[in-house]
Amino acid sequence: MQGDLQTKGHRDGTRVRVLLTSNEAIAEAVRIAEPEVIAAYPITPQSPIVERLAEMIASGDLRASFVRVESEHSAMAVIHGAATAGARVFTATSSHGLAYMYEMCWWIAGSRLPAVMAVATRSIGAPWNIHGDHTDIVLLRDTGWIIGMAETAQEAFDMTLQAFFVSEEVNIPFAVGIDAFTMSHTAEVVEIWNPKIPERRQAYRVLPTDRFAVNAVTMGKARMKARYDLAVDLENSAKIIEKSDAEFGNHGGLVEKYRLDDADYVVVMMGGWCGDAKDAIDVLRGEGYKIGLLRLRFLRPFPKKAVKELSGEVLVVDKGNSDIRGVLGIEVSSCGIEAKNVVAGIGGVDVGVEDFCRIFKNFVEGRIELEWYL
Amino acid sequence: MILPGNTSCQGCPISLAMRCLDEIENPVLVIPAGCSTVVAGLHPNSAMKIPVIHVPFASTNAVACGLKEAYKRLGVEANVIAWMGDGAADIGFATLSASAARRDDIITVVVDNEAYMNTGTQASLSTFWKAKTTTSPLGKGDEKRDLALIMIAHRADYVATATVGYVEDLRRKFRRAGELKGFRFIHIHCPCPPGWRFPSEKTIEIARKAVASGAWALFEYYNGKLRFSGVGKRYVDKGNRISLADYLRSQGRFEHLSDEDINELENAIEKEWEIIRKFSND
Repeated sequence: MQGDLQTKGHRDGTRVRVLLTSNEAIAEAVRIAEPEVIAAYPITPQSPIVERLAEMIASGDLRASFVRVESEHSAMAVIHGAATAGARVFTATSSHGLAYMYEMCWWIAGSRLPAVMAVATRSIGAPWNIHGDHTDIVLLRDTGWIIGMAETAQEAFDMTLQAFFVSEEVNIPFAVGIDAFTMSHTAEVVEIWNPKIPERRQAYRVLPTDRFAVNAVTMGKARMKARYDLAVDLENSAKIIEKSDAEFGNHGGLVEKYRLDDADYVVVMMGGWCGDAKDAIDVLRGEGYKIGLLRLRFLRPFPKKAVKELSGEVLVVDKGNSDIRGVLGIEVSSCGIEAKNVVAGIGGVDVGVEDFCRIFKNFVEGRIELEWYL
Repeated sequence: MILPGNTSCQGCPISLAMRCLDEIENPVLVIPAGCSTVVAGLHPNSAMKIPVIHVPFASTNAVACGLKEAYKRLGVEANVIAWMGDGAADIGFATLSASAARRDDIITVVVDNEAYMNTGTQASLSTFWKAKTTTSPLGKGDEKRDLALIMIAHRADYVATATVGYVEDLRRKFRRAGELKGFRFIHIHCPCPPGWRFPSEKTIEIARKAVASGAWALFEYYNGKLRFSGVGKRYVDKGNRISLADYLRSQGRFEHLSDEDINELENAIEKEWEIIRKFSND
C-alpha cells in the first residue's frame, strides 16, 4: 500500500510524489494533522475520505478516536463536543449531509471552536442527484465558516493542512471544498509533505474543574456582539490565509490570477472545473482574445479586494444558484462589479473545454447577460 | 450543585434533581433546549457550580460523546452528563439510540415532566395517556413511550428509573451511575406544577402518588438484570397500591377524565407492568 511510502516520506521531512484522488489527498492531510477525534456519517462522494481515515486508525497509522454516528447532525455534534474539550477534530460530508448538519454548523461557528470539514460538493435534491455542483457548499455562506474551494488534489491536500492551522489561529471552523467525482474520485499526482502545523490552540476549552456555562441563553446585545465579533474575525482571517499561503503550497491566497495582467475580459469561477476553463482561456488567447481567469479559492472570507480590482468586462460562471442568478454572480455583483452571469454544470452536467470556449466567446462578443447553459 | 435563587418555577422538580448531582464526581453537564436551560441560568450568569455546555436539541448525546472521547484522548477524568427533558429525548431519539448502541461512556439523564413544558405544555411522546396539553386539548390519544425499557433493549450498562419524590433513592442511583463505566441512563419522573396543574407545594406528594399508584415504576437494570428498587418494590404487588384515580384526580391535566377513562388507564398501566416484569428477575 502507498501508505507506508507516504508515512516515511512526510515524517522524515522529505516530499513524496504519489497518485491520489482528492478524497485520498484530504485523508493524507488529515493523517499528517493528527486530529484526536474524527466523526462522520458516509455519503457519496465523500465516503472514501472517512473510510480511508478509518483504515488508518485501524492500522495504527493514525492515533485518533473515530466515532461512528447515526447522522451528519451527530457527526458535527460529536466534533463540536470534542473541540469544546480541546481536541483537534475533523469530519467530512456532502450535499444532503451538509444540509442535515446545518444547525450544528451554526453552533460550532458561533461557539468559536476550531474544526475542519471536507465537503465533496454535490447537488442537493429534489430530484435525487449524486453528481457535482456547488449548491451544497454555498449553504455555509451565512454560518460564519471559512469556506475554501480547491481546484486540484494537490490544493485539496495543502488547503486541508492550512485549514487546521488557520482555524486554530482564528477560532473559526474551516470547510475545504472539492468537486464531486471530477476531483473526489479522480487521481492526480500529489506531493505529500509535512508543513508541521503547531499543537492545537483554541480560545477556550471546558474542563470538569471549570465553573462556567458556555452558550447560555442571552438577552440584549450579547448575541449580536458575538455575531459581530465572528463577522469581524472572519473578515480578518483573510490576512492569516494570505500570510500562511507560502507555507501551504503557494496557491495564491484568496484567489488565483490566471492570465489576468492584460486581460480585457475576465472570467470569475471557483472549483475543479477551473482547470477546463483555463484550457479554454488558452485556446481563446491563441485566437487573440485578451481573456483571463480570476479563480476564487475562498467563498468566505470573500475575496472582495481582488474582485473590486477587476477591470474590463466580467463574467461569473456559477455551479450553484440562488434564484435565477448564480451565487457567485450575486457575490461578485455585491462588490460593485456589473458582472454577466452563466449558471452551468448543475447536477453534474458536464461542461468541458469546448463548452467553455463557446461560453467565453459568447461573453467576449457581448451575447451574454444572464443565462443557464443547458 | 445548583445555587439558590435560580430561575426555576416554584416547586420545580428539575432543580430538585439538579441538587442531587453532587453524588457524581467530575461532572460536565451538556444541556439542550428545555426547562433545564433556563434553570441552569441565563447569560452571563450560571446557577450551576459545575461546567455547563448548552447545545441544540438533537445534538445532546453526540456532543457528550465528543467531549468524553476528547477527555479520554487528552487524559482528563470526567463524568460527562447529557441532561435533557423528554422533549430533547424525542427530537434527539436517533442520537440517543446511537449513543446507547455505541456504549458511549457517559451518563444520560432524562428529567421527564411528560410534556414540552418550556414552550408551554405541548404533548411529547412521554405525555401520559389522555393527559390534556395545549396540543392535545381533548386529552392525548397516542401511546406513551417508555424510554427506560428502550434503553434496556439497547443493552445499556446501567438503566434506572427514579423520581424526585424519593430523593435518597435518586441520589443512590446518581452515585451508582457515577461509579460505573459505559452507557448509563437515568429516567427521572418530574411532576411539573404549572404543566400538570397542581399547587406548587405538592410536587413531592404527586411524585409519590405516581409511584404508589403504579403509574411510575422504580427499577434498576445492570449486569443484564432488572431489579425493582427502593420504595418501588412495595408497589410491584398491585394489592399494595393506592387507586390510580387518587393520583390522576390530583392534577388539572386529568380533570376531564371519566371513570371509564380511568379504568382504561388502569389497563394501560397493567400492560406496562407486564412488560417490565418480563425484564425482571425478581
